[in-house]
Amino acid sequence: MELTVWTYEGPPHVGAMRIATAMKGVHYVLHAPQGDTYADLLFTMIERRDKRPPVTYTTFQARDLGGDTAQLFQDAVSDAYERFQPAAMIVGASCTAELIQDDPGGLAEALELPIPVIPLELPSYQRKENWGAAETFYYIVRNLARPAGDAPQAEKLRPSCNLLGPTALGFRHRDDVTELTTLLTQLGVDINVVAPWNATPDDIARLGDADFNVCMYPEIAETAARWLKRTFGQEYIADPPIGVGGTNDFVRRVAELTGVDPAPVLNTVNSRLPWYSRSIDSTYFTGKRVFVFGDATHVAAAARICGDEFGFEVVGIGTYSREYAKKIRALAAELGVEALITDDYLEVEARVQELRPELVLGTQMERHIAKRLGIGCAVISAPTHVQDYPAAYSPQMGYEGANVLFDTWVHPLMMGLEEHLLGMFSEDFEFHNDATPSHLGAAATARTEPEAAEAEAETATDELSWSSEAEKTLSRIPFFVRGKARRNTETFARERGIHTITSETLYDAKAHYGK
Amino acid sequence: MTQGSIVRQDDGATARSGEVIRERGQREVFCGLTGIVWLHRKIQDAFFLVVGSRTCAHLIQSAAGVMIFAEPRFATAIIGERDLAGLADLNDELDREVNKLLARRPDIKLLFLVGSCPSEVIKLDLSRAAERLSTIHMPDVRVLNFSGSGIETTFTQGEDACLASLVPEMPALADDARELLVVGALADIVEDQFRTLFDEIGIDNVRFLPPQKAGDLAAVGPGTRYMLAQPFLGDTARALDERGAEYVPAPFPIGVHGTTGWFKAAAREFGIDESKVDTVTETRRARARLALERYRSELAGKRIFFFPDSQLEVPLARFVAAELDMELIEVGTPYLHRQHLEAELEALPPATQLSEGQDVEKQLDRARAAGPDIVVCGLGLANPLEAEGITTKWSIELLFTPIHGYEQAADCAELFARPLRRKQRLVI
Repeated sequence: MELTVWTYEGPPHVGAMRIATAMKGVHYVLHAPQGDTYADLLFTMIERRDKRPPVTYTTFQARDLGGDTAQLFQDAVSDAYERFQPAAMIVGASCTAELIQDDPGGLAEALELPIPVIPLELPSYQRKENWGAAETFYYIVRNLARPAGDAPQAEKLRPSCNLLGPTALGFRHRDDVTELTTLLTQLGVDINVVAPWNATPDDIARLGDADFNVCMYPEIAETAARWLKRTFGQEYIADPPIGVGGTNDFVRRVAELTGVDPAPVLNTVNSRLPWYSRSIDSTYFTGKRVFVFGDATHVAAAARICGDEFGFEVVGIGTYSREYAKKIRALAAELGVEALITDDYLEVEARVQELRPELVLGTQMERHIAKRLGIGCAVISAPTHVQDYPAAYSPQMGYEGANVLFDTWVHPLMMGLEEHLLGMFSEDFEFHNDATPSHLGAAATARTEPEAAEAEAETATDELSWSSEAEKTLSRIPFFVRGKARRNTETFARERGIHTITSETLYDAKAHYGK
Repeated sequence: MTQGSIVRQDDGATARSGEVIRERGQREVFCGLTGIVWLHRKIQDAFFLVVGSRTCAHLIQSAAGVMIFAEPRFATAIIGERDLAGLADLNDELDREVNKLLARRPDIKLLFLVGSCPSEVIKLDLSRAAERLSTIHMPDVRVLNFSGSGIETTFTQGEDACLASLVPEMPALADDARELLVVGALADIVEDQFRTLFDEIGIDNVRFLPPQKAGDLAAVGPGTRYMLAQPFLGDTARALDERGAEYVPAPFPIGVHGTTGWFKAAAREFGIDESKVDTVTETRRARARLALERYRSELAGKRIFFFPDSQLEVPLARFVAAELDMELIEVGTPYLHRQHLEAELEALPPATQLSEGQDVEKQLDRARAAGPDIVVCGLGLANPLEAEGITTKWSIELLFTPIHGYEQAADCAELFARPLRRKQRLVI
C-alpha cells in the first residue's frame, strides 16, 4: 500500500486510452465500473478534443457482480462493434475488472467479430499510464504490422521512416509531429507512417515499409520500436531531437542511417537560440541553479540543454519514469548531482526546498511546488494541464522547438537588470525584500512562508545563531539568493566552529564561495 | 397566487412513472469519490483517505480541476500487487499509512476511510478498520468509513454516504428539545442566509449537517425535524429516521418557488403561520424575481435536455420550467428518489419526459434528434457536443456554485444563460 496525494501518471488503462484516442478506426472496450468514465474528460477538457474518446465502458455495478458480468462485457463489445464499425478493437480491464477476472480477451474472441480484436493485459496494481500506453501500442503493432511489401522498392527514390510515439494527451505531441515532418522532409527523408497519432489499423500494417523508425517518445514507443527492430530489422533512433544540440545529433544520425547529406540542414541551423543565448542580455543566465523533473526523455534533454545552450547550472534532476531510472541515474552521475527517482510529489517538493533552485523545469506538479515556494517554473513534460495545449504552434522538438524552449524557460526568470535593482535598493518601498517580482504574480506571503518555516527549523535543530545585525545584512540580500547565502554562511560557520554568525561571517562566507 | 407551495403548471397532472425511460447501458457519470472534492473544503478538520487504486487517485485529481491545493486534506492509499497477493497484510498496511498520515497532520480531527471499487470487490472491511483505528487514535482523531465506490454510488451519492456515516456519531438530543436540522453541504454564504431567514421566521434552533468542524456535530433524536437541502441524501435520511428524527417533506430550496416552499414547510412544522414566511421573505422574493426577469427574457422558450449527473436535475428542471419558462425535452437523473422528490415531480409540467439510469449512446441519439437549445451534461460529453454545434452547460458547475436560496436564484439562471449568450456573441 502506498499513500499518494497527487499522481504523476494515471493507471495503465488510461495509457491504452491515449493510444486508442490518438488513432482512427480503433475502438477500445473497457471492462470497468461507471466511475472510470471520468477518463473521458481528460481528453475532452484538458486536451479540448472535439470527439469523445473511442471507448466503451461496461460500467458494471455491485448488483451485477453476483450475476453475469462476462455477458455484460460481451454485450458491450457487440454493441460497440455495431454502432462504431471500427477497423480494429482493443479490449481490456481496468483495475476493478481485473479483480473479477472475466478474461475480456477470451470473451471478445468468442464473438468472432470480422475485425482484429486485440486483448490487452495491463496489470493495474503494478504498472502505470506510460507503461500501459507502451504496451498497448506494442500489442497493436505486433498484431497488425506486416513486413515490407514485395512492391518494387527500386522505385522508391527517397529513404523513409516512421514517427512512433505521439499520442492523445501528450505534451506537445501534435506540434512535434509537424516539426519533425518538416525537418525530415528537408533532409530528404519521407514519412511513411506516423503512429499512433491519426494512424489507422491499415497504416500500422504498413509500418514495415519504412527504412527506420524515429522513437519520438521512448516511454511510449520503445517497446514497439524494439520489436520492429527484432522482427523487421528496422533501426530506430531513441534520442529525440530536443534542443539545438539534440537536433544536430539527430540530423547526423539520420544521415548515418540513410546516407542523406546532413550539411544543408546543419549549415543553416534554423534556430534563434544560439544567438539569443550569446546576446549579452542573456549573461544573467550564467550559472542559474536549475532543478529538472519530469518524464525521462524530457528530463535528459532538458538537463543537457540547460548546460550547453543556456549556461545554467543543473543542481538536481529526477524522473517519475521508473522504467528509465537507469538512464537518469547515469546522467545525474555525469552531471555530478543526485538523481531523484520517485513518483511521490512530496519527495520532489522536499528536494526542491532543499536545493533552492532559481528555476524549476518540471511538470504541472512542479509548477505548483515552485509557485508555492516563489520560484520560477517552466513546464517541460507531462502530466499536463489545459494550459499545455496552446493555440499557437509550440513544438518542443527540432529547431523551432529550441526557439520555444528559449522563450518558455526564460520567461519565468527575473531579468538581469531587475535583479540588480532589487539588490541595490532592498529597502525601496516597492522593491522591498518581500515584494513579489511582478512577473511571477504569486502572493508575497506564499514566498516568505516556507523560507520562514525553514529558518525556524534550522535554528531549532542547530546550535548556530544569527546576530541581529547579521540578520539585517542577510535581509538586504535579494530574496532569490538569500536562501543560498544563508545556507553557505551556515555551512561556512559550522566548518569553522563558529556559533554566532555576524555580518563578518556572512561576508567571509561570500568571499569564500564566490557568487 | 399561493406562495406556499411550488406553482403548478397545470391542473395537477404530474410526471407519472409510466413516462420514465429506464435504460441499461454505459453510464457516463462520476463515482461517489468525487464528493470528496467539495466535502474536504466543507468539513475543515476532516481528512478523506481513499483506499483504492491509482485510478481513484487519478479521478479525484482530475475531477478537482488538477491540483489546486498543495497538500489537500485527501489522499489515496493505493492497493498494490503485494497487498493483493497476500504478501502484505492489508490491515497492517492501512494502519501504518494512517499512522504516518496522522503524524504529519496533527490538525486532523476526523478521518474518513473511503471505500472504492477495488476495496469493495476484495471485500476489505473498512468499518472494522475504522473501529480499530478509532480505538488507537481516540480521543485526538475519530475514524469513520463510507463507500464512494462506483459500483455502489454515483457522484453525489458519495456525499450521502459520507453524511450517513456521521449520523451514528451525532449526540442524542435532549428529550424535551426540538431542533431543525438542515441536511446537505451548502455554500457558506447560503448557510448564513438560511440561518438569518430561519431566525426572522422564528425558528432559532437550526443546525446544519455537515458542520464546518468535526466536533460541532448537531444532536439528533425524536425532537429533531430534518429538511433536505439536496435531493441526493436518501441514505442519510434513512439513518436520521433510525435515530428518531422526522423528515419534513418539502421541495428543494432552488429558485424562488422552491425556496419559499421549503421555508413554509419548516414554518408549518414548527407551528408558525405561513403568512409569517410571506412577510419575512417579501423583499427577498421581489428582489430575486427582479433579478430572474432578465434571464427569463433570454431563456423563455429555450429547449433544454438534462443528462443524468448529480440528482439535482429534477429540482433544476422544475426551476427552469416554472421560473424561466424553459421547455423541458428530457430530464435524466441517475436515480429518482420518489419520496424526496414528491413535491418536485408534482410541480413539473405535465408529461415531462423523465429518464432514470443511462445508456449514454442512446441518450445522445435522442438529444441530437431533439435539437435542443442547451444540453446539461458532464465534462466528458460537453466539448464533443459543442463541436457538433449543440450548446452545453457543464453539470458539475451547478454543484460547485451556490445556487440555493433567493439571492442565488438568478446566479443559477445565469449558469444556463451564459453558454447561450456566448454562442450568440461569437461570430467566428
